[in-house]
Amino acid sequence: MFDNIKIVFHQGKQFIPNVQTAVVPGIFRGRPIISLEKVNEDELMAICPTEAITGNPVAIHLGKCTFCGECARCYPEKITFTKDYKLASNDPERLIIREGENKAVEVNPETVRKEIHRVLGRSLKLRQISAGGDNSCEMELNATNNVQFDMSRFGIDFVASPRHADGIVITGPISKNMAEAVQICYDATPDPKIIVLVGTDAISGGMFAGSPAIDRSFLDKYPIDLYIPGNPAHPLTIVNGLLDLTRKLK
Amino acid sequence: MNYISIKNNQTILLTDIPESNYESFYDMNLELVEGHMERHCVNYFGYKTGNNVKLICCIADDLTHEILISTCLVHKAHALESFSAKLLCFEKFEREIHENFGIDFTDHPWLKPVRYAFNRDDRSQTMDNYPFYSIDSEELHEVGVGPIHAGIIEPGHFRFICNGEQILHLEIQLGYQHRGIEQLFLEKKKLLQRATLAEDIAGDTVVGHSTCFAHAWESLCGFEASSDIQFARTLALELERMAVHLSDLSGACTDIAYQLGNSVFGRLRTPIINFLQEWAGNRLAKGLIRPGRNQFPFTPVLAERLKQVLDIFEPDFNEMVEKLFKLPSALSRFERTGVVSNADALSIGAVGMAARMTNLNRDIRASHPYGLYPELNHSPILKRHGDVYSRIQIRKEEVLQSMKYIRRLLEEVPAQPTKEERLNSPAPNSFCLSLVEGWRGEICHCALTGEEGELMLYKIKDPSFHNWLALALSVRNNEISDFPICNKSFNLSYSGHDL
Repeated sequence: MFDNIKIVFHQGKQFIPNVQTAVVPGIFRGRPIISLEKVNEDELMAICPTEAITGNPVAIHLGKCTFCGECARCYPEKITFTKDYKLASNDPERLIIREGENKAVEVNPETVRKEIHRVLGRSLKLRQISAGGDNSCEMELNATNNVQFDMSRFGIDFVASPRHADGIVITGPISKNMAEAVQICYDATPDPKIIVLVGTDAISGGMFAGSPAIDRSFLDKYPIDLYIPGNPAHPLTIVNGLLDLTRKLK
Repeated sequence: MNYISIKNNQTILLTDIPESNYESFYDMNLELVEGHMERHCVNYFGYKTGNNVKLICCIADDLTHEILISTCLVHKAHALESFSAKLLCFEKFEREIHENFGIDFTDHPWLKPVRYAFNRDDRSQTMDNYPFYSIDSEELHEVGVGPIHAGIIEPGHFRFICNGEQILHLEIQLGYQHRGIEQLFLEKKKLLQRATLAEDIAGDTVVGHSTCFAHAWESLCGFEASSDIQFARTLALELERMAVHLSDLSGACTDIAYQLGNSVFGRLRTPIINFLQEWAGNRLAKGLIRPGRNQFPFTPVLAERLKQVLDIFEPDFNEMVEKLFKLPSALSRFERTGVVSNADALSIGAVGMAARMTNLNRDIRASHPYGLYPELNHSPILKRHGDVYSRIQIRKEEVLQSMKYIRRLLEEVPAQPTKEERLNSPAPNSFCLSLVEGWRGEICHCALTGEEGELMLYKIKDPSFHNWLALALSVRNNEISDFPICNKSFNLSYSGHDL
């Protein structure tokens, strides 16, 4: 008993009081900024392992980016990765960072389905599906509910059954062998339901885009409510993305 | 003998591997492994050459620190005698060869699909018609779990045959995570793409797999890694080991409903992975390991910072493990639960922690050392009972051991060399094998190059490839309610297995 109290006492304060303003340690690679510096665009584009960089004007698609930082390493005067972990949006267009721009990535409140605020604004239960995910985004999703990030304080939880869920969270590029299970799980979730894609692999296929072993046809059938980029997505990116989607008022 | 002995991370010409007919290939490899505890098969695979299939078998010898490579040419039309009938540790390798190329084995105990690869030989076999073992009985019932599990974990299907609450048999169907990664290694031509793929093999073993790829690639290119590169890799491997062991200790506490342990071990992982982020910009070390260069030089400032992190970490960790390992309600769930005997671990060819928990000494850091491990003079932590408790103990002790190694490494941080060595292109017509001890166990990557030095085959083996069978055996005669703790105590990789 006293041992337990002692252990609890020794942990000190672990939770992050404000997940919206917390500063991440070190050299986190978050939202990139692209300067207007002139570079050889073809060479710049050729560096990227996932063709996330496009030219004229130079832009980075966060849904394709693996956040390896190679472009910033080769062209430090052109591209820098900031520590801004707020990367999620419901609008794929907003995931594209263009040169000369320095504005936050946010959910577009105009296009959020209206039942999301009304029904899911105060309590959101999610069913996670790993569909070819490599267990990195899965680990970070688990971390959102540890004592530090503590996402359940906002009423957002992961549940064991799709029957108890308000939506599904997909990680991984959706392997062929998992495609049917994704569909069954989605069908088993009661309406109104949302679809959230977490991680580069889920949003664009990442390194696996075009692989004959994946089947992304599920994503063409339904509206996607939130894209959370990252490789893997940082817990703060996930928490802020979900809050932005369900809490932000017009 | 008709084989060639190589060292870990050695590149040889393909033509240097002696070829024999299947009969003598079979006899020789059988003789090498049978009755020799110090030898086991680290990789056995095939690749197409014209209408034939070439098989390459790699047997590691832990005493001589050598790997014995042999090869033979076979044709799909001829059924082969199986190694598995005599040595169960070849079981999955032969199933994989059967699945990929349609080669039949006459006396294999169960030629079932491994991962339903997109390019498998027999497309009529699908995820839905996996031939599960079943027992016809009115008293027994079957329980199916998955592919989607209750928690946030990867997919796999578990089929239990139970007598009341007791598990008689468990069969595990995998393949849900198959992304065709070995094929992508050949199709993606840029080195950065391949290094990124290596990080994506298993996102919980980023450092393990990307180091293994870097070693294989550098060996093919004849590149000698400088001491600062080796330092960074060795350090990152031990940090990754600490981080995952902590999350597994936390998971084990969750599965016995011990909330305090779950929270404390869970939060203790954070400073370790946050340090990886401070160093390399990513909590799971994605982007840290690159072939031929030191992507994120380790500075004295970082060394000071890591020392600080460990100094704060250590007393909190010690306090929590002391409590957990004295808690009768925890110990009664850990002890004698999910036992795998030494004989079983040996026969199925278990590796890494799954071997060491039964006193089977398999640890690449000691037997085929690389990086700075020769200087650390690693001695593996062994347990005898093969139960959940042994697996938890190994994790606890390896966290402490890794911490010791990290502190020793930090005593002497190598300086950055002033000029960067160039990475040449890979040697043509070559074969290279690389072994790395990830936190789960031995990772083996084999690379083959063609006429122009282009990658012809990239073969990946995660330790889970061997160890899934150990999990299936461990739950026999246990209550089904103990399955979660058994599963967590192994914590095997789905994506590393399914590729």
